[in-house]
Amino acid sequence: MSNQALALFSETVPVISPVAADGVFSLLWLVIALPALGAAVLLIGGKATDKWGHLLGTATVAGSFAISLAAFIGLLGRGAEDRSIEQSLWTWFEAGSYQVSFSLLYDQLSALFLLLITGVGSLIHIYSIGYMSHDARRRRFFGYLNLFVAAMLVLVLSGDYLGVFMGWEGVGLASYLLIGFWQHKDSAAMAAKKAFVVNRVGDIGMALGASLIFATFGTTSFAAISKLSEQADPSTLTAIGLLLLLAACGKSAQFPLQSWLLDAMEGPTPVSALIHAATMVTAGVYLIVRSNFIFSLTEDARTAVMVIGCITLLMGAVIGCAKDDIKKGLAGSTMSQIGYMILAAGLGPVGYALAIFHLLTHGFFKANMFLGAGSVMHGMNDDVNMRHYGALRKAMPVTFLTFAMGYLAILGVPPFSGFFSKDKIIESAFATNPVAGMAALIGAGVTGFYMTRMMLMTYFTAKRWEDDVHPHESPKSMTMPLVILAALSILGGVMIWGNWIVDWLAPVVGEPHEHHLAVSPIVMSAIILAVVAVGVFTAWVLVGKREVPREAPTKVSAFTKAARADLYGDAFNESFVIAPTMGTVKALTVLDEHVVDGAIEGAADSFRLSSGALRGLQTGYVRSYALSLLGGAALVVIALLVVTL
Amino acid sequence: MNPTHYIVLSAILFSIGAVGVLVRRNAIVVFMCVELMLNASNLALITFAKVNGNLEGQIAAFFVMVVAAAEVVVGLAIIMTIFRTRRSASVDDASLLKY
Repeated sequence: MSNQALALFSETVPVISPVAADGVFSLLWLVIALPALGAAVLLIGGKATDKWGHLLGTATVAGSFAISLAAFIGLLGRGAEDRSIEQSLWTWFEAGSYQVSFSLLYDQLSALFLLLITGVGSLIHIYSIGYMSHDARRRRFFGYLNLFVAAMLVLVLSGDYLGVFMGWEGVGLASYLLIGFWQHKDSAAMAAKKAFVVNRVGDIGMALGASLIFATFGTTSFAAISKLSEQADPSTLTAIGLLLLLAACGKSAQFPLQSWLLDAMEGPTPVSALIHAATMVTAGVYLIVRSNFIFSLTEDARTAVMVIGCITLLMGAVIGCAKDDIKKGLAGSTMSQIGYMILAAGLGPVGYALAIFHLLTHGFFKANMFLGAGSVMHGMNDDVNMRHYGALRKAMPVTFLTFAMGYLAILGVPPFSGFFSKDKIIESAFATNPVAGMAALIGAGVTGFYMTRMMLMTYFTAKRWEDDVHPHESPKSMTMPLVILAALSILGGVMIWGNWIVDWLAPVVGEPHEHHLAVSPIVMSAIILAVVAVGVFTAWVLVGKREVPREAPTKVSAFTKAARADLYGDAFNESFVIAPTMGTVKALTVLDEHVVDGAIEGAADSFRLSSGALRGLQTGYVRSYALSLLGGAALVVIALLVVTL
Repeated sequence: MNPTHYIVLSAILFSIGAVGVLVRRNAIVVFMCVELMLNASNLALITFAKVNGNLEGQIAAFFVMVVAAAEVVVGLAIIMTIFRTRRSASVDDASLLKY
């Protein structure tokens, strides 16, 4: 397709023209600085801060939330054209006319992320005070949490890809430290390493993508690129898009880099809620939506994004169906829900705002359910196996009720938040591509199944716990965040009231096109609810009506076996990545030992043998030396005679 | 003057000296044979100096004598020392310095 033809069909990309920060916005740097300072004090201060470390850690994030809220209110008071605010902080280095600087970009998109990260972050910090109260290393835990929040805020506030990359690596580090927080357990240490290594693969995409962006545009600043990207070569844009998609796959646990997320559940539950459900794993969605000036112009990369989203949303849902570990079940669900967001982002301008909308509502209800799972574990002696639960609704009424709100939200029951965000995505997917729409619809049905199964096995059915387990409700510091998050899970849908979030984000991600659906939205919603109801009913028939065995049955269908083995994601990596790598290493070792070392040792041997032979000439007999002297002299004389005569 | 006889004599003396060095074991005799070779070369030098009518060959002979004298000093000292420690003046016995 020629450039002109493409220009006819292509989108127009919204241009970002930030204004300088003033008033409350000049405090933006503090949003990052507060948790960063908290992390520094807690991690450098050591044991001296043990007594009050958790309070400081919570206070810094709450402070960031206060500033974010003030800035958000300030942003609401401004006109749409003034809502991009830039705060230049410092220059990394200058060379001639070229300058690499660090600046913050606060606009409609980062404002929402700031509220999510600091808001949910504050709640999870408060929850952790209770959850980690028996852990001797609680202060260090809060230090790492603060480090994570600071890095995540760098990621979403930075005005260029370089800063995003810095935050990207920072959250990767914090995630590694927190997954492996109980590093005395082998499984936790291995899970942390696995997450780190798999994320490195995605990070290669990020580094190459940012480099290609710099090579193409001569800058990595979002504002500058949004003005230039329409003139860029479409195939270069596609390449950038695919590299950024690889980055997103790593961080957001999308196929084919999904394998680390399930193991990451080895970390403490607040970590799973904050990092591996609400915030960090959504960084990939943020990256794609933020790079809308690239993705809107390249149909091919968008299609790839959409395909990855569809595959992952189905994979995650299927894996979630077979897990007995409550946290792993939720992790599969997280994969699946992020698949929805990635799918929405792959739909183009029509989906960007929906992806962010679902990201926010998912942040609420999934954090809620993870913290609920943590509360259950807290009362069940840290047992995660749902086959040992049952009938917990009476023992833990608050946890049960709040979890139920999250459950209804993820199912998409009106008027809970998930209904608005997920239905919109499925509708838009149908309007853009029926195959993607079907995948999303089936995914919704499977979601209904695995969430109902989890709900039934944990809170209903007969009690299956041992006599020495005494389930009890968690302390106030843990139930209070649950109640707030449950309220947000119910009310999160108001963001779509009057199309608010779509209009709000339009200046950043572009105006969505009108799309036409064959059926009216109400009929569509009814179909989706019917499919979800089938899933719920199936779960009730298979789990709720039968007795749940304490041990997982071993005689199961091949399909269940595959789902239990994470759809062979690890086996695939084992045989197609690790085994060939190990094979290559072995071959190279043989080559090194026999060919490279052989050549060097052979040369050394030949010198050693020949010098050994020559050494025999040194007999120690003076007269033999004299003979050779004489013989040599005679040879010289003869040679001279031959030459001269 | 015809140098042939002198040169032939010089060659004979040199050969006797060389054979002596190679076949005798006694260090003193070997030493004397070396002196014989040096003097044979001195004779040749002086002969050619006479033939050419200049003094360069004679000066070279003086140098050879000086070197020979120095060599005698050092060489006899070494032979004496070896004899004192090993009770032998045979050059074949002093063959420890080898591979």
